[in-house]
Amino acid sequence: MNFKDIEKGIVELIRKAETDLPNDVIKALKKAYEIEKGVAKTQIDAILKNIDLAKKTKRPMCQDTGIQTFFVDIGIDFPYISELKKTIINGVKKATKEVPLRPNTVDPFTGENHKDNTGENIPYITWNLCNGSDVLITALPKGGGSENMSKLGMLKPGVGIEGVKDFVVEEMIKAAGNPCPPTVVGVGIGGGADLSLKLGKKALLRPVGKRHKDKTIAKIEEELIKRINSSGIGPMGLGGKTTVLDVHIEKAHRHPASLPVGIAVQCWADRRAHMVINKNGKWEVK
Amino acid sequence: MEYHFNIPLSVDEVKKLKVGDILYVTGTIFTARDEAHHKMLESKKIPFDPSKMALFHCGPLMKKVNSKWQVVSAGPTTSSRMEIFEDRFLDKFHTRLIIGKGGMGERTKKALHKDICVYTSYTGGAGALAADKVEEVLGVYYLEEFGMPEAAWIFKVKDFGPLVVAMDSHNNSIYENITK
Repeated sequence: MNFKDIEKGIVELIRKAETDLPNDVIKALKKAYEIEKGVAKTQIDAILKNIDLAKKTKRPMCQDTGIQTFFVDIGIDFPYISELKKTIINGVKKATKEVPLRPNTVDPFTGENHKDNTGENIPYITWNLCNGSDVLITALPKGGGSENMSKLGMLKPGVGIEGVKDFVVEEMIKAAGNPCPPTVVGVGIGGGADLSLKLGKKALLRPVGKRHKDKTIAKIEEELIKRINSSGIGPMGLGGKTTVLDVHIEKAHRHPASLPVGIAVQCWADRRAHMVINKNGKWEVK
Repeated sequence: MEYHFNIPLSVDEVKKLKVGDILYVTGTIFTARDEAHHKMLESKKIPFDPSKMALFHCGPLMKKVNSKWQVVSAGPTTSSRMEIFEDRFLDKFHTRLIIGKGGMGERTKKALHKDICVYTSYTGGAGALAADKVEEVLGVYYLEEFGMPEAAWIFKVKDFGPLVVAMDSHNNSIYENITK
């Protein structure tokens, strides 16, 4: 197995995520451009021009290239499980020089910057075991400005789903222009404190415009989009009709005494890319 | 209204600008985030003259090509983090133009009026587009100490914009109008 070659694949995965926004996001931004006027339109215009330029010049669309975050679905029959973590970490180091990425990993105590986007527990990798022999890696580089607007609410179960909706809408109004709207909002409901936030982040993996398969939840997503967008916060918080491009909800069963709500916020640069590796080490980035 | 001004802006030019105006600027800008703000406020001597430049809330992505720095991507960072410094910063350095994103609070609004300065918003995340307007990297300070994102980078820019006047020198804030 040629791990150096898979490292190259990781670099290409990161490059793709940082320089080439998924079509579902571009489509939603173009729709926003159509309906916005005045200052709001100038913001979406700059965003669309920026996306175009980044793709053409293969440059990161945003200077905040994020904390490198990966979700890995790993087939239990993939023969090189033991090497994969090291390969991803080496790929991140390489990508820092080659894409390039901003050195974004700082020790919380000493302030020391590793300068290669790695550090303790970073890159942040979530492993999910599946059947089969393929590996699917999803890169979701996560910017700091939007991450700072994350919220955890340990609500009282008595407030019900109406209380959950109000919490999400209020928090997104409080966040205002800070997370670089129009944003994509991931909401995790239930589980415990950590699981609700994790579900919120996982919800960001869903393409923009795709509704939850449960019709009741899909309706709530639509209601939240409408309510947040009627706040008037708009692109970059300068006023307008588009504050969110989408809201995605995921759920887990909860403890009878708890109603956790985890909100993960993603800026308009909803950067995602995928890579498949088969058992022979052949990879493809898409 | 749309304006094209040179940096540093004159007092009259700053006063002319009202919330909602669009601005493009040509001249010299310096980047400063949390660490550089703190450092500059604490220091007796600053290695450059902020009064001749615009302040850019930005932690750019840079690369060195043949021992010369180049900007890869350089959009604004969230300005609200600098709220705890900005009124003292304007009192000390008399910068007439701030470029950031997301808006600032009451303390900065008062300081913009007192020190005659304007806060403008550049589209967050539009880093590649912003980098395209940088003609030259004139220098960098505090790089060893703070690293790439937190250092003070000095850029020569041409027609940098569109900047939206979001908080003017007349006590107006576009952000307050929206939430009211």
